[in-house]
Amino acid sequence: MRLRHGLAAWLIGALVAGPALAAEERSVIINPTTAWNHAWNEILIDLFVIGGVFGLIGAWFLVKYRTTDENAVGAAEPLNLEKALAWALVPAAIFMADDFLLSAKGWSLWNIQRSVPPNALEIKVLATRWNFEFEYPNGAKDIDLIVPVGQPVVLRMTANDVIHSFGLNEYRLKEDIMPGRITHLWFLPDKPLESKVVCVEFCGHGHSEMNSSVKAVPKADYDAWLASKTKKRTSLLEGRGATPAVALN
Amino acid sequence: MTAITDHAPAPAGFRISEWIFTTDHKRIGILYLIGSLAALTVAGVMALGIRIEQGAIGESGLMNYFVLDFGKNLTTATAYNTALYFHGAAMILAFLIPGLTGFAANYLVPLMLGAPDVAFPRINALSLWLFWAGIVVALLTFVVPDKPDIMWTGYPPYSIVTDANTALYVFTVHLIGFSSILGAVNFLVTIIYMRAPGMGWNQMNMFVWTTFAAFMIQIVFVPVLAAAVTLLLFDKYLNTGFFDPSRGGDVLLYQNLFWFYSHPAVYVIFLPAMGLLYEIVATQAKNPIFNYKAAVYGGIVGILVITGEVWVHHLYIAGMPDWLRIGMMVTTLLISVPVGLMVISLWGTLYKGAITYNVAMRYVVVCMFLILVGGLTGIPLAITSMTVHLSETSFVHAHFHFIMGMMATYALFAAVYFWFPKITGRSADSRLAKAAFWCNLAGTQVTFWPLFMIGVRGMPRRYWNYDMYPQFEPYHQVATLGAFITAVGIALMIVGWIVSAMRGPKVGPNPWKSRSLEWTHAESPPGPGNFPKPVTVSQTWTPYDYHV
Repeated sequence: MRLRHGLAAWLIGALVAGPALAAEERSVIINPTTAWNHAWNEILIDLFVIGGVFGLIGAWFLVKYRTTDENAVGAAEPLNLEKALAWALVPAAIFMADDFLLSAKGWSLWNIQRSVPPNALEIKVLATRWNFEFEYPNGAKDIDLIVPVGQPVVLRMTANDVIHSFGLNEYRLKEDIMPGRITHLWFLPDKPLESKVVCVEFCGHGHSEMNSSVKAVPKADYDAWLASKTKKRTSLLEGRGATPAVALN
Repeated sequence: MTAITDHAPAPAGFRISEWIFTTDHKRIGILYLIGSLAALTVAGVMALGIRIEQGAIGESGLMNYFVLDFGKNLTTATAYNTALYFHGAAMILAFLIPGLTGFAANYLVPLMLGAPDVAFPRINALSLWLFWAGIVVALLTFVVPDKPDIMWTGYPPYSIVTDANTALYVFTVHLIGFSSILGAVNFLVTIIYMRAPGMGWNQMNMFVWTTFAAFMIQIVFVPVLAAAVTLLLFDKYLNTGFFDPSRGGDVLLYQNLFWFYSHPAVYVIFLPAMGLLYEIVATQAKNPIFNYKAAVYGGIVGILVITGEVWVHHLYIAGMPDWLRIGMMVTTLLISVPVGLMVISLWGTLYKGAITYNVAMRYVVVCMFLILVGGLTGIPLAITSMTVHLSETSFVHAHFHFIMGMMATYALFAAVYFWFPKITGRSADSRLAKAAFWCNLAGTQVTFWPLFMIGVRGMPRRYWNYDMYPQFEPYHQVATLGAFITAVGIALMIVGWIVSAMRGPKVGPNPWKSRSLEWTHAESPPGPGNFPKPVTVSQTWTPYDYHV
């Protein structure tokens, strides 16, 4: 009885939680990276519980009912209608409850991942075989992604040849980049960190070598770097013409 | 029907023309098996090449030899991509699907139904020929200079702008797809109309049910794949712009069409594999299928209903609308309901059983745990926000290898061992077979657990080199070691089959004491027309009535 109540509560909770979370307005920015890590640990528990139950029961049956008598036959009774229905509906209800619970959890994380904070620093990304190019708010361009610690960053991304994908492993995020569309992802660099972004959608010969550095640096360092980039840009990239990344405006 | 039973009497001796032009479902099944094992071997050699290349950071210098580029005209990257293309395309299209719905369905379904052959034996032969033609076209990969390098998925725009030969991929899919459609027509008609008199739908073998469902999927979804790859052909060679956004095309259209077929294709493989496991478990535990109707109408039919509404989980990070990525997360997770019912039914069949272990049953036991690992690791991959990190990593790669590369593959291996006495009259349960089993088990586990571990930490798929992640190298080394152990296992297994077919101990017509028609009513091996006299069954008969 308690189990049944628990199940009902789960189901209702799961059904209500998703939309409720979707509608919730967040004043505090939740870091999608830590939220992912947290959800992963919870899902691992779910997997180990289900796997453990089935694994142990299976192993127990395999050992307990083994015989060397080749003429022996099994002793399972045929199920009557009630038992047959129960053995279909109860597991189905449990699986569905778990599915809805996981859906609700997944959806609430998804809302975090897809709701770009209003104060996010916008950087444009152009993927070309086989490199990424980043365009900063002041128009400076670089093949490395340098971001200030503490400020959310949103990447507006497109490609000019084939499909690529922006794999930010350290931040637990990724999104494809393709011609003719602008996709986005955002992340929150909460501490100084040097990592890599790698292309994770097969794009041909140089796919394995398509990566850039991602450096989260203190705000002052970022500002200084950007100022230096701006000066260089006028001399280096003059007359280069509009790129699709510019056309995104 | 009479025409089918009017086969010539069993020939004395071996004549190659009788095999090439055969319309006998058993011989067609065996020819499917030979073709699919050939594909397994070549695609397996590609896997070894892939593992060698990934075994250490930097160029191994060996990759070109694996794709028969002895002059080293290709770069390591292109040779590696060619090997990956062939490994994926051949394992799915030429090994697993033909192995399960070609060999196993052909050999077993008419026998399990008590039928003398399939409904359209000549169309059956045409299916086989198309399959072999598909294999030949696929093998041209190693002959042409512009080897396909587009992965088994063939995503545009890359597959259109590449210099490589996308046409070979398209024609391979066309030939094997057409073979599948004809097979589907044949087997659906056979199962609907050619059951032994008295055999109701609820008295069919689980394998027949799963075959029925697999071919329902094929007949609905294969044409979509055929359309998708044909559009690729037009875009690449006729300069149409279906997938070119600068000319009004849609860059994601192909991925949607491709996965609209290719996710259901997972069930074209998974369902018959499960069907084989059910047959072997019921026989070896001498028990009826636990909750047969729940497994059939909840499990198999449930998968049929949901299978066409889940494909977007392959496009979770592909830039689909945010809301669509949520809808299909729910449907994808709900797949756990029918699959769960099938798993419970399989587990439950062991309950109070009298379990004896032959080589087939060993593989089945392993499969039961592989389903757990493969199925449960699919759960995070069903959740949109989790794939935002896990997608395109070796976690995905390890996940589907647990289902396709191990569970479905071992179900097929188990089937060969289990029905070997039926096919040859001899047993294949030798010491060689047991040694091969342990090598296969150890090798695959050693290969794929490290890939799970580095996958969670972000090891990207389809990378021949990964010098930005030197911390993953030891894991790759272990995985490569596993591949060699598996290769030894597969080689021992195939040698064991050949030796056993010629010199294995002769066994009686029903060595496992099964209650299914192919064992109780047919000789081993069955002659032309399958049954010495027409089969009828009573209303209470089932293939699993061990207690009667």
